[in-house]
Amino acid sequence: MSLLHWAILSPFIFALFVPLFFKYLKNIHTGWFVLPLPILLFFYFISFIQETMHGETIKESVAWIRSLNISFTAHVDGLSLLFALLITGIGTLVILYSIFYLNKQKEQLGSFYLFLMLFMGAMLGVVLSDNIIVLYTFWELTSLSSFLLIGYWNNREKSRYGAQKSLLITVFGGLSMLGGFILLYLITGTFSIQEMMNQTNQILNHELFIPTMILILLGAFTKSAQFPFYIWLPDAMEAPTPISAYLHSATMVKAGLYLVARLSPIFAFSSTWFWIVSSVGIFTLLWGSINAVKQTDLKAILAFSTVSQLGMIMSLLGVGAASLHLESLSDGIYPVATTAAIFHLFNHATFKGSLFMVAGIVDHETGTRDIRRLGGLMTVMPITFTIAVIGSFSMAGLPPFNGFLSKEMFFTGMVELTHMDFSNVQTWGILFPIIAWIGSIFTFVYCMIFVFKTFTGPYKPDQLKKQAHEAPIGMLISPIILASFVVIVFFYPDLISHTILEPTVAAILPAQYIVEEIHIKPWHGFNIELFMTIGVVISGVLLYKLWPKWQAIYNIMPNKLTLNKGYDHALASLEKNSSNLTKLYMTGFIRDYLIYIFSFFILILGATMVIKDGFVFNTENITSIRLYEVILALVMVAGTITTVLSRSRLTAIIALSSVGYSLSLFFVLFRAPDLALTQLIIETVSVALFLLAFYHLPELTKHERKLHFRFVHILISFGVGIMVTLIAISANSQRVGQSISKYYEDFSYKLAGGKNMVNVILVDFRGFDTLFEITVLGIASLAIYSMIKLKVAKEGES
Amino acid sequence: MSVVVGILFMAATYLILSRSLLRIIIGTGLLSHGAHLLILTMGGLKQGAAPLLSEKAGSYVDPLPQALILTAIVISFGVTSFFLVLAYRSYQELGTDDMHRLRGND
Repeated sequence: MSLLHWAILSPFIFALFVPLFFKYLKNIHTGWFVLPLPILLFFYFISFIQETMHGETIKESVAWIRSLNISFTAHVDGLSLLFALLITGIGTLVILYSIFYLNKQKEQLGSFYLFLMLFMGAMLGVVLSDNIIVLYTFWELTSLSSFLLIGYWNNREKSRYGAQKSLLITVFGGLSMLGGFILLYLITGTFSIQEMMNQTNQILNHELFIPTMILILLGAFTKSAQFPFYIWLPDAMEAPTPISAYLHSATMVKAGLYLVARLSPIFAFSSTWFWIVSSVGIFTLLWGSINAVKQTDLKAILAFSTVSQLGMIMSLLGVGAASLHLESLSDGIYPVATTAAIFHLFNHATFKGSLFMVAGIVDHETGTRDIRRLGGLMTVMPITFTIAVIGSFSMAGLPPFNGFLSKEMFFTGMVELTHMDFSNVQTWGILFPIIAWIGSIFTFVYCMIFVFKTFTGPYKPDQLKKQAHEAPIGMLISPIILASFVVIVFFYPDLISHTILEPTVAAILPAQYIVEEIHIKPWHGFNIELFMTIGVVISGVLLYKLWPKWQAIYNIMPNKLTLNKGYDHALASLEKNSSNLTKLYMTGFIRDYLIYIFSFFILILGATMVIKDGFVFNTENITSIRLYEVILALVMVAGTITTVLSRSRLTAIIALSSVGYSLSLFFVLFRAPDLALTQLIIETVSVALFLLAFYHLPELTKHERKLHFRFVHILISFGVGIMVTLIAISANSQRVGQSISKYYEDFSYKLAGGKNMVNVILVDFRGFDTLFEITVLGIASLAIYSMIKLKVAKEGES
Repeated sequence: MSVVVGILFMAATYLILSRSLLRIIIGTGLLSHGAHLLILTMGGLKQGAAPLLSEKAGSYVDPLPQALILTAIVISFGVTSFFLVLAYRSYQELGTDDMHRLRGND
């Protein structure tokens, strides 16, 4: 266990103590005790920048399950470090914000911070693990802690619905991912991602490559809320706002992006990867931005915008992978798309975090998040307004904020894609910049709605639950810090480009491509990207101004056809159908179950016999049949038939006993004196017992009904009988090996001192059987006794 | 002999599938007879002396299946008697031996 391991596990250890703080130190907000840990971790991770900047990686390993070769390997490179810094940094700010957001008297803070610590540790584990099984473990822990956090207000039905939905979808993805990981292990023979990178050729040429890739991408797409799995994210907005800011904008939803980026060096050489990742991403971008415009809830707008922005980053990662196919890459053309993805990932975390906090402040200070009721808060809440403007304009891609830089790079990447010349990109590739451009226009529109519907226009105090006023300073610190990042990064992009972005891109793109220095400049000169942005702004402003006129267009799409309805319907029908199916075959009648069992018996044995060609008939082993045997067999068969056909039970019982007595006569014929004796006695006692039971069943006429002849029953009985006969004949016809009974013949007297071989076997050679047979009889008699007694006791009570 | 065993199994199956509890028990009785006969048959029905060493015969019949059957007879007797008393008690408590009416209220 190195310091790095302790750093990853520290949130888990700390989580154990959180409830104690909450219980015993009631006067101080529990959040204050939690706050130092992410700060410490943040500075600890900052200390790695020096090493990753120079292209070094840190690797620490601790064996976990030795026999399976699974070790908890922590691996730090640029990509992991970027995420670790985001997790701890934004984690610190979110905890600070939550201290002022959550009331220490009304809320169960102990569980809140426990879940949050659990999540933070799990997330750190995801980004810092090199072993895929460990990564999966932490991955599911993030799903689980996210489930707990979404359902934090568990007395609300919507919270529970959202939590269940997110758990179902993300765990579905997680399990697919596990399947993909296992296939990956089968192909490569190692659990380590770093070692897999050396085997890319082997992976790409393997027949399981496509299933592996799709399964892993399912995991990434569900976690990162890509189309059509984004539906859980808007419902996850029932979580407390600090959670939405942290999990559902900055960290957890980026775990899928992390996975795609992390595995890019393995999969990116396949053009299928490029096509899937970038088309799903670009479609999610368009879909999310179009849907965000029609929302009326602040957090719902932000949720769909998160979906859309995640789609944008995803498509950039896909396009970045495409650059590997270009031969010109080796000439030094920089893979701009990957840089744009990473840069935007960082930017999105900053501005989306601050925007969620703004939404939380508005909710906290006015009592509603509905934009139809809000308005005119600009003068009431000037600081919040400023932060909202900075965040939204950055999201829309306007200067002088960092979103502008990454959006320009996004356009560059998309435009460059059309020049690429491989697997038909030149024909369909033209769609990418066009969709990206349309998506950006919608992004612009909802950003404007977010700011101007909330903060400008008439102030409506009568519709608000509270008297609106500026938030306390403690609540504003975190969004101010994030917003200042948004501005600082625009003016000084080099601050993060050399320290964080370069090592990250180096980690994503395979080592053979030498990473040039990244130069992010606000001003590129007049190029196509700039004109695209100008076009976005102009059409965006026009659309925003005309918004009331074309609002109705959203009503065209019927509510029933949305993916949410589809999900709900699928879930409901799944439950209904499985319940119906169970009712269909679980009838509650023993007879039906017996029919299943017997038919299965017939089918399995019959099929085996046919397939294996098992039926053999030869007469070698058969001894000559004597007359006695034939007569006795006929008597037995007659008894049997009488038993079955008899209308009264008395006949049936007597016929049964005739079968039993002829069986004992068989035993006599086949030289089994002990058996004959036992059978005679037992049969007599059984018949007596039958008659006894018979005597106690009153009103004979009631039960003396004719048997219901049922065709199916007869068929099944015939099947069973024929099957047993065939098996008996076949088994008799193909004996293998000799009987071991020669031993008993030779040694019964010598070793055991008895001449009756059967008895010697029962009490000497195989005495244990007899012991437990006695036990069976003992238990049966005790059970009978207690059954009779139980009745007496019951009657005595009543 | 195999055919007789088959007929026994057939009859037993048919009885077990019937509605009356007592018939089911009769069916199990037939089934155990069939099974015992099957063991004996499978042990080989070759001619020979009874497995008593004092008989000084050249060949004996196989003693092992006989020991197995003896055990099986006793066990099936124990189970059958228990089953019978169970049927008797359930009739007393529930007032029916019709399997179709012995359904829990769900």
